[in-house]
Amino acid sequence: MNQLALVQEIIARLQSSLIATSIRESSWLFPAIEAAHLLALAVLGGALLLVDLSLLGLGIVSTPLARLERDTRPWMIGALLALVGTGMLLAISEAEKLGASQAFLIKMLLLACALFLSLGFRHRLVLHTSDRPRMRRLVAITSIGLWLTVAAAGRWIGFS
Amino acid sequence: MLQANAPCNFRKDTLLSFVNWLASTSGSIALHESLYAYPIVEVCHVLGLILFAGTIVMIDLRIIGLALRSIAVSEMIRRILPWTAIGFVIMVISGALLCYAIPVRTFHSVWFRLKLMLMFAAALNAWMLHRRIAREPGVWDQPAGIPHRARLAALLSIALWSGVIIAGRLMAYDWLDCERPVARWLKLLAQCPES
Repeated sequence: MNQLALVQEIIARLQSSLIATSIRESSWLFPAIEAAHLLALAVLGGALLLVDLSLLGLGIVSTPLARLERDTRPWMIGALLALVGTGMLLAISEAEKLGASQAFLIKMLLLACALFLSLGFRHRLVLHTSDRPRMRRLVAITSIGLWLTVAAAGRWIGFS
Repeated sequence: MLQANAPCNFRKDTLLSFVNWLASTSGSIALHESLYAYPIVEVCHVLGLILFAGTIVMIDLRIIGLALRSIAVSEMIRRILPWTAIGFVIMVISGALLCYAIPVRTFHSVWFRLKLMLMFAAALNAWMLHRRIAREPGVWDQPAGIPHRARLAALLSIALWSGVIIAGRLMAYDWLDCERPVARWLKLLAQCPES
């Protein structure tokens, strides 16, 4: 079996799984999960923006950035878990449509970059760039830009 | 009976004819039928939500005491609330454009009507909360200075704005549209035209 056929097989199995079928056959489950996805998005946005705005010098300035990063981290991770959980439910319920969706593909690629930045090394950058304001601005603008594009691409899936 | 109903019907008819007129304008039709403009406005509405609701939830969590206790409430409000205001402007402009693109269905949407009511309640709650904070400057920055009722108001704020977001998302679905076979009280609530 070649790789493309394997991917198609996985997508077809996800789409026909019990959970995916239940979501598709219910009239209110998909909208309810969408709403939960949006609520978690707001929390993630708040937690990320608080740090990024401070990196830009436009938000909280009296609290050390490392402290701010640490305090918002549980909310960021909690919101991310909720987003990934609800997002996976939405995705498997229409796996075959998403497999062919450019918006979804772009979203996943940018999401990987955004996750790498936010979970992987933004806090290290925050710690080690206190004397480099331009570097901090670059990190903040990249983070805001990436996440907003992920959200925009996510909304765009609904139009494609 | 007839007299008591007359002003109410007059208002409903005026609003409805305005909504019908809005739907007939070339701008509304163009936005409704556009390939990219309408989706772009939708995207702006979601991005505005991140800024608006994201900053609100962080301020509320701070007041409740669940997050960011190292930051003074007064600094949160001074430095973060302006961003909420910018988010609000984005939400109102993009939201008005979305209504403008689909005026009649939005006017009759039960979810939209619920959303407006929840928005009104959330705004009233926020106004009372912030008026109280402004009256007691500095007191809230003490560890035990945040009144119990204020924490409740912040919790209520999160609940009400969540309701606004949920109702807004559900507006996209047609279960309760006037064309659907729904309960009579819902048709009355939506002021559906008599068929």
